[in-house]
Amino acid sequence: MATQEMITYDKIKGVHNIPLEEFYTSGHRTCQGCESATTMRGFIKAAGPRSIVTGSTGCMYVANTSYMTTPWIVPWMHTQLGASGSSAIGMAAGVRALKRKGKIKDEHINAIAFCGDLGGGDMGLSGISGALQTNYDLLIIMYDNESAANTDIQATGLTTYGAQTTFTPPGKKTRIMQKRWKKNVAGMLAVGHPTCKYIATACATYPPMDFLNKVRKALAIGGPTFIHTYDPCPKGWDYHPRYSHELGELGIKSGLYPLYEIVEGQVTYTYDARPKKSRIPVNDFLSKQGRFAHLIQEDIDYIQKMVNQMWDEWEIPGIAPLKGVLKSK
Amino acid sequence: MMTAERVHTDRKVYEREELLNGCQAVAHGVRLADVDVISAYPIRPYTEVMDQLSRIIADGELDAEYIIADSEHSQFEIAKHASSVNARAFAGSSGTGWCYGFEALVVTATDRLPVVYIVGNRALDDPGAFGVEHNDAMAVRDMGWLLLWVTTPQEALEHILLAYRIAEDKRVRMPLALAMDGAFLTHSQHIVKIPAKEAVKKFLPPYDLGAGRLHPDNPISIAPQVNEDWVMEIRRQNWEAAKRARGVIKEAYKEFNAIFGERYSNPYFTEFMTEDADVVLIGLGQIAAAGRTAAKRLREKGQKVGYIGLRWFRPFPTLELREVLKRFKAVGVIDRDFAHGSPDDGGVLLHEIRSCLYPAKNRPAVTNFITGLGGRDVSIDDCIKMFGITQKAMTDEKLDDYVTWIGVRE
Ligand SMILES: Cc1ncc(C[n+]2csc(CCOP(=O)(O)OP(=O)(O)O)c2C)c(N)n1
Ligand code: SF4
Ligand SMILES: [Mg+2]
Repeated sequence: MATQEMITYDKIKGVHNIPLEEFYTSGHRTCQGCESATTMRGFIKAAGPRSIVTGSTGCMYVANTSYMTTPWIVPWMHTQLGASGSSAIGMAAGVRALKRKGKIKDEHINAIAFCGDLGGGDMGLSGISGALQTNYDLLIIMYDNESAANTDIQATGLTTYGAQTTFTPPGKKTRIMQKRWKKNVAGMLAVGHPTCKYIATACATYPPMDFLNKVRKALAIGGPTFIHTYDPCPKGWDYHPRYSHELGELGIKSGLYPLYEIVEGQVTYTYDARPKKSRIPVNDFLSKQGRFAHLIQEDIDYIQKMVNQMWDEWEIPGIAPLKGVLKSK
Repeated sequence: MMTAERVHTDRKVYEREELLNGCQAVAHGVRLADVDVISAYPIRPYTEVMDQLSRIIADGELDAEYIIADSEHSQFEIAKHASSVNARAFAGSSGTGWCYGFEALVVTATDRLPVVYIVGNRALDDPGAFGVEHNDAMAVRDMGWLLLWVTTPQEALEHILLAYRIAEDKRVRMPLALAMDGAFLTHSQHIVKIPAKEAVKKFLPPYDLGAGRLHPDNPISIAPQVNEDWVMEIRRQNWEAAKRARGVIKEAYKEFNAIFGERYSNPYFTEFMTEDADVVLIGLGQIAAAGRTAAKRLREKGQKVGYIGLRWFRPFPTLELREVLKRFKAVGVIDRDFAHGSPDDGGVLLHEIRSCLYPAKNRPAVTNFITGLGGRDVSIDDCIKMFGITQKAMTDEKLDDYVTWIGVRE
């Protein structure tokens, strides 16, 4: 087995070339079928051992990193729920100062911070925005399991419309308590931070290797970068753990979760859901999860309509919710 | 008797003199401490420290990363994580800004990261007030922070150096908050002797987290989830470090004096005209100036009074203070803070001092004053009034355990 000593940013071509060495190993207590654990395992495999990692509070802290049984082979530190952005700045700034002042060896060290959808997409948004305005080399990964999973599945700003969570249960009077449309975090960050050179959305397992190579690309391009991952969660989405990878794929193929990367302002769709024929009906995704069991046809039609609009009418489909420019009168 | 301001004139130790306010003096301290990472966010009155540091960096006098954070929470998280990779980190705040970052302040202490922050004391909103009150800094008093008040720009500068030395000591490793009264110290100018870099180098060793640092060559996990299995043992370690800090503080001042001249005969507090006093006032921060003058005036009239300026609040100098205070017949505790609904309905300092004195055999009477809130001036006459009430407390039992508000419209 080859040992990854130095950082390599080479594109991984073919599953046989995925590095064998693990830097996120046994010791964690995530649920069976936890896609977020796969995200963890993947990003650090791609980044390699010359990395320092922080993780904000959430399942990937509490279920992941128990005292004396840490799964992390790389240096890792907990950061506060809303502090992924600021923790990344702190590490990267510290490392830069120490290198410049000759206090540590001058070598490349990746500074990577991860956060959940609540920690990053809601609470920590301002800190992430601050990080993306700096010129430090840092990568922030927001793993999105569409709920505050660690506190027992509460809706966040990124939960799919209509989903049942412990804060949004269907009741006798109100069927849909989760009335917020999923927040478009990657798009918002891309549009708002013109000097940020790399922003992407991804899913740990679909398309194969896509996520690993996005991590590599982010680190190779450098500066502050951001990746949003889409992580099916058997406990929160209510499905059998064996379907985690499949649900990620269905979410992407239904067009609910756009997959793309933006390199220096250039968009590439890494799953192109723009053509209607490349999208499956949203119900193929929704009907496989208990969290949508209370929806009626009208709700499904509404979700389908919103998804169609996003791909057919937006100026930059799936990314910027603007529908073109009007001439001033 | 202690004179706080004897300054060595040896050129090798102090290289020049400048007219500086408290904020500017702190910035010089940070420059001399060769800090690696600074995170800034504006709030009066501490902001000028950061204004000054950005200029110092722009002029190439300090090589440090200077980050303008999006909030105090981020500001303190940035400094905390910089500290975890073994970079010397500095930040600061005031009033509600300090409270906005409270979560980050708490974990910095439980992570045992020895950052140094300045608190330019400011009243907490609402209603808005820029002036000094001590409740902001005091919020961290039980969290595992070292906490002290300085009273002159010279002390402020020198205490940045002492702060890093004490906080970073292997036996301590606790964050340190250096508090100073808003306006009265942050923005009042004094002549300050600026230490020479060489002398500072002798006093302040480089920051070394050792096996606790986050680096690919040292792949540790910091702050994993522990729950009831381990949290108590970890709290116990914090507790022991806070206790050990008392000895480390003494050591550091001793060495400081050896290098910079006999600057501080007592690290924890300064005594003024206390030798044969019957009655003393004790307080934190800038009230000391009026308190000392008042004591001097009363001494001229033959009254045996003195003033004690408390510097260290955490760790609290329990034994040293008890030894001194038990000599007097009555002690007037001045609080520029409030602790509504507390056991004696007095201020925070009152409770600390009463508790410190409890085991003493012959306790002096302890009476309390709440004054100067929101930056209201505390005059020499106010201090004379407080001395008068404290003198009465020697015989009037009602005044023991009594709270008097000074300078309030009732
Ligand atoms: C400041 C703060 N508020 C609330 C919490 C409680 N809390 C812990 S984990 C969590 C949920 C985090 O959700 P997310 O970021 O989506 O991560 P996940 O649990 O889904 O992995 C919450 C609310 C906390 N730890 N800190
Ligand atoms: S609740 Fe969801 S995110 Fe949390 S460990 Fe289980 S599967 Fe993973
Ligand atoms: Mg989540």
